[in-house]
Amino acid sequence: MNTARERILGRLRSHPSAVASSGHLRPNDLPVPPAPTFSAISGSLALDDAIASFRRGSETFHAEVIDTRAGDWRQTLAEICAAKNVRHLVLPPQSDLMPWPNGPELRKFEQPIENFKRELFDDTDAGLTIADGAIADTGTLFQIDPRTTPRTLSLVPPIHFCVLNVNRILPTLQSAVASEGWQVAMPSNLVFITGPSKTADIQQTLAYGAHGPKELVVLLTEGAA
Amino acid sequence: MNAPITFHENARRVVANPVLRASFRGAMDFLMAKRAAQFPDLDAFEALRTQGEAIRQYSLARLPDLLEQLEANLTRNGIQVHWAETPKEACQIIIDITRKAGGDLVVKGKSMVSEEVELNHALEAAGIGALESDMGEYIVQLAGEKPSHIIMPAIHKTKEEIARLFAEKVPGVAYTDSVDELIQIGRRVLREKFRDTKVGLSGVNVAIAETGTLCLVENEGNGRMCTTVPEVHIAITGIEKVVEKLEHLPPLMALLTRSATGQAITTYFNWISSPRREGELDGPKEVHLVLLDNGRSQMYTDERLRATLQCIRCGACMNHCPVYTRIGGHAYGTTYPGPIGKMVSPHMLGLDATKDLVTASSLCGACGEVCPVKIPIPDILMQLRRQSQGTAGGIQLPAAGSGRRPLQSMAFKLWAGLYARPLLYRIFGFFATRLRGLTPKWQGAWTNSRAPLRPAAQTLHERMRLSTTRD
Ligand code: SF4
Repeated sequence: MNTARERILGRLRSHPSAVASSGHLRPNDLPVPPAPTFSAISGSLALDDAIASFRRGSETFHAEVIDTRAGDWRQTLAEICAAKNVRHLVLPPQSDLMPWPNGPELRKFEQPIENFKRELFDDTDAGLTIADGAIADTGTLFQIDPRTTPRTLSLVPPIHFCVLNVNRILPTLQSAVASEGWQVAMPSNLVFITGPSKTADIQQTLAYGAHGPKELVVLLTEGAA
Repeated sequence: MNAPITFHENARRVVANPVLRASFRGAMDFLMAKRAAQFPDLDAFEALRTQGEAIRQYSLARLPDLLEQLEANLTRNGIQVHWAETPKEACQIIIDITRKAGGDLVVKGKSMVSEEVELNHALEAAGIGALESDMGEYIVQLAGEKPSHIIMPAIHKTKEEIARLFAEKVPGVAYTDSVDELIQIGRRVLREKFRDTKVGLSGVNVAIAETGTLCLVENEGNGRMCTTVPEVHIAITGIEKVVEKLEHLPPLMALLTRSATGQAITTYFNWISSPRREGELDGPKEVHLVLLDNGRSQMYTDERLRATLQCIRCGACMNHCPVYTRIGGHAYGTTYPGPIGKMVSPHMLGLDATKDLVTASSLCGACGEVCPVKIPIPDILMQLRRQSQGTAGGIQLPAAGSGRRPLQSMAFKLWAGLYARPLLYRIFGFFATRLRGLTPKWQGAWTNSRAPLRPAAQTLHERMRLSTTRD
């Protein structure tokens, strides 16, 4: 009984009853009541509503959302790369994207970051990722599997392009937690992203591109990317 | 550096500084307005915070079991768990991990618990550098100061002050007061460090016991940098931050980001459950969690104080506190300022060192009304005042009674005696009004910044009698 662990747990256990004579604490055996629906969204959403809500949320947080369902997202990507003068684009390991005339140099993130750090940090204009899903309520993207989407790909390059299959837009974070089975198979790093990196640490003035990307461009597709 | 024991002096200095006061007033108005815009429907807010309170109380009621479950699941996931009773132990654990990793610098994401244990000093004493990477924290560290707000650390500084600071302290930087340029300067300096440093450190906003997951919210991306790029990631948190289930997380997060900065969600919401796994190309190779007690198990012992541990560190109580808004964060002389600081600091530093903090409240109740997990902050402050006066009854905290001043308690005893006996009270009233010319000009702390009090020419009873006879 003399490690810090045992002493801390021992102290906590020596005062087991947190019950209510003060009127402030719940009795121990009361379950947590079901969460109220705080979000404007309850239940499931029709596809168009889900897209509209996702777009509204995303744009509030300064992301650009482009619907490419009528054409090919690759074409749109090429156009944006030209417009934003992207010269080096990093792709996820499984990407089958091929270089195009006058397009950026494409590099695949296919080796451990240790061999790739300088290029990624100092010589990359943009990173491309495929979202595993999104949250309509807040305009949030999520990326689950670091094997298919290395964590730094959505973080280090100054521009982040993300391809999102609109059928993977879920209503709320709560509904995602209920439906995605993360309780049983939690990925090593699950990241939720809403808009580009930002800070208001200097005199409450909002500035984008604090440490992560300055720009986030979401390309909406239907079906697998 | 300010200490809580010189609170009155510290506060007086700020009150006399119009620039600082304008900074805080402006920032608090900004944060209050942003928060209010996120909770347009008060009934919905009330329902959500009732939920938040229930989740925190449910978790605290099971705290020791949840900590064991969290430890077991983190360990299974490959995250190493360390326990620390004191700041010193926590720092030593972090120093040892850093040395073992061969690191000479720790790049830090925002973590108030690391401030609480004064990690930067301990690392420096051990010959290891510490670099803050949250923009606000970076500014404060460059200036050799401490954060003045738990969410917006550099809130006390104007952009001109920051511009001068950068021009003076960052090599090769010319004066610019463009906020965008200043942020880009910080970005450039810190980016190299993220790339090259072996050890990254972060706090934890919520830990999930059932999955063994550490959740972090942030806007800048420095938190993700610190937890993703270095080979070793060390997280440090207080033992109260754990909840049982993943489904407990969304309501708490909805409350946290809205209450803190008036956002429906932060840019990044990062769930870390294991170090880099087989087949993954990035992420830390080692992840550690340091669980810190430092007074928390003491808060747990007294059921009238236990609600303190419900706190999710949103800072809303500070933003709405009339005292904090006027004196700012540094005057408290503690890591956590404002109402939350007044509740936790006595457990961390002792009731004797913090006796002036528990009384630095008008008990207006604004903090309790905005608290997203419904902590009865004014009641807890009252209970701490009783502890400080030695009149709490029940469990006595160490140094209970140390705030007692004999003259003051005598005066109140006298008053209580008078007030309980009508005849005595009338006689007292009669003389007090007749002899009001003799009221002393000096009335203790009251007259430091206010006109002396003088009884009226007639007591209320006399005036009532007069007005009823006239009718
Ligand atoms: S006491 Fe309540 S309002 Fe204050 S920081 Fe904690 S959770 Fe927020």
